[in-house]
Amino acid sequence: MSRETDVVVVGGGPAGVEAALAAAAQGLRVTVLDEAPQAGGQVYRAPPHAFGGTIQRDADPIGVALRQRLAASSVVTCFEHAVWSVSPGFRVDALAPDGPASWTARAVVVATGAQERVVPFPGWTRPGVIGLAGTTIMLKSQGMLPGERTLVAGQGPLLLAVAVGILKAGGQVAGVVDLASPADWAREWRALASRPRLTARGAGWRARLLRAGVPFLYRHAVQAVEEVPGGLRVLLTRVDRHGAPTKKVAREYLVDALAVGNGLTASTDITRLLRAAHHYDALRGGWVPTLDAEFRSSLPGLYVAGDAAGLAGADAAVADGILTGLTVARDLGAMTDTAYRGAIGSLRRRARRARSFGTAMARLMAIRPAHVAAIPAETIVCRCEDVTRAEIDAARSEGAQTANQVKAWTRCGMGPCQGRICGDIVGALLAAGEAPREPVGYFTGRTPLRPLPLNLLAGDVEYTSLKLPPPAPL
Amino acid sequence: MGLRGAGIERGRPLRFFFDGTPIDAFAGESVASALLAAGVRSLRASPRAGAPRATFCWMGICQECTVVADGVRRPACRTEVRDGMIVLTGTVP
Repeated sequence: MSRETDVVVVGGGPAGVEAALAAAAQGLRVTVLDEAPQAGGQVYRAPPHAFGGTIQRDADPIGVALRQRLAASSVVTCFEHAVWSVSPGFRVDALAPDGPASWTARAVVVATGAQERVVPFPGWTRPGVIGLAGTTIMLKSQGMLPGERTLVAGQGPLLLAVAVGILKAGGQVAGVVDLASPADWAREWRALASRPRLTARGAGWRARLLRAGVPFLYRHAVQAVEEVPGGLRVLLTRVDRHGAPTKKVAREYLVDALAVGNGLTASTDITRLLRAAHHYDALRGGWVPTLDAEFRSSLPGLYVAGDAAGLAGADAAVADGILTGLTVARDLGAMTDTAYRGAIGSLRRRARRARSFGTAMARLMAIRPAHVAAIPAETIVCRCEDVTRAEIDAARSEGAQTANQVKAWTRCGMGPCQGRICGDIVGALLAAGEAPREPVGYFTGRTPLRPLPLNLLAGDVEYTSLKLPPPAPL
Repeated sequence: MGLRGAGIERGRPLRFFFDGTPIDAFAGESVASALLAAGVRSLRASPRAGAPRATFCWMGICQECTVVADGVRRPACRTEVRDGMIVLTGTVP
């Protein structure tokens, strides 16, 4: 079934919902599609309806308000819809629980957010090792602990959020392992001071962890994870200020779970699929679509809002989302230029303020080339296809220069995740060090954006009723 | 107490099957959560090394937790458990 609308927004997080509400308020017909059962994105992920009491009351009030405003608006929402294709023109294809669905739209807003990045180490594919952002989702939306005793490692503000979340849910935190030093955090003081509410919350979390006796290890990273009876043995090593690890094991932990993450990358599946222009911005989470000041991509009618345009955080996503919705309304003739100019002034200031905090956090989460350079040869880089660093290096020395060539040589990035997990790491390995990423490029976007059971796509086809052309004469 | 967070009011109890083994869970839980809480460590084998794999990203991106739920191949982290659901490991033979 194909439906026609003015605007399709892909992603129901803060950026997508605000863009949808702003465009709908100008009289446009807007549809929001999201994979999750409710709006909120990952940051305001809602607990399941079937859960009662405390977890609902503890849900972030910003997310609750976002869902209420969306429900009270004229925006059409389609949840549990996984978008697997967007083609120029625009046609958007999604897979819903009851089968395929498609839309034609005059404009598409991509608000697909960000996704986890982990710098690989031997053993990171073992069950029990999970993403840091993924752990926040388990805790917030499922009330589930990753393990009885969890080590929390990696980079950025998620470290504290995850460690405290585990304590609150009744779990044990073996330690918090941060690639950054206290000085790296202190360097962001100006941005931290600009958001006293968030900074105070972070300080409160840290105090709570220290009271609980949780050790903090700065300038350390995971060297390897080994399976041992009763759990996982995590070997830690010290790193220098560039993120380069020493060979020596500094400490060992016996745990049953390791939550690990090295920042986030912008989710660019759709903009890459549509061959919009992109550029590399290490401080905003890697490859990002190139936009003008009003959130237009290089492809007319295609807009990008929130972390999908480069990491800036949830507060910036709100302001940027509204601004994007207004740009769409003006471009589609639903808003006069004067009205548009009047509306954007204060929003732009708000967006700038929010972005400075988000950028400081993104800096703490930025990939450190020396960390990637030290990945041991036998380490699996592409989880889907079990491709090791040694195989990537071999392809490179045989002449593979770009991410796509490595993919063709080795199958790296060719599996069901479509290179979402390994893409940024492969780029860093090929570029080697501080070299620019542009010559290395990135994996070409391909449909389907999500694995797609073909029987669901085909529906109830009676093969005997298909009209086949007569066979060619022999 | 296991891995289910303290003080969380879950949905009604239900039971599903993972490779024939009955697993107790609660309405609203994802298949990935319910299997983790039940102590299931591996959901499939990796394609070349045959090594055990389980839920990694918890947001439907990495596809590591792919299982076959009631005949449909999909990520366990994005599949809500249902009473009597038949879930099989996601390894492609």
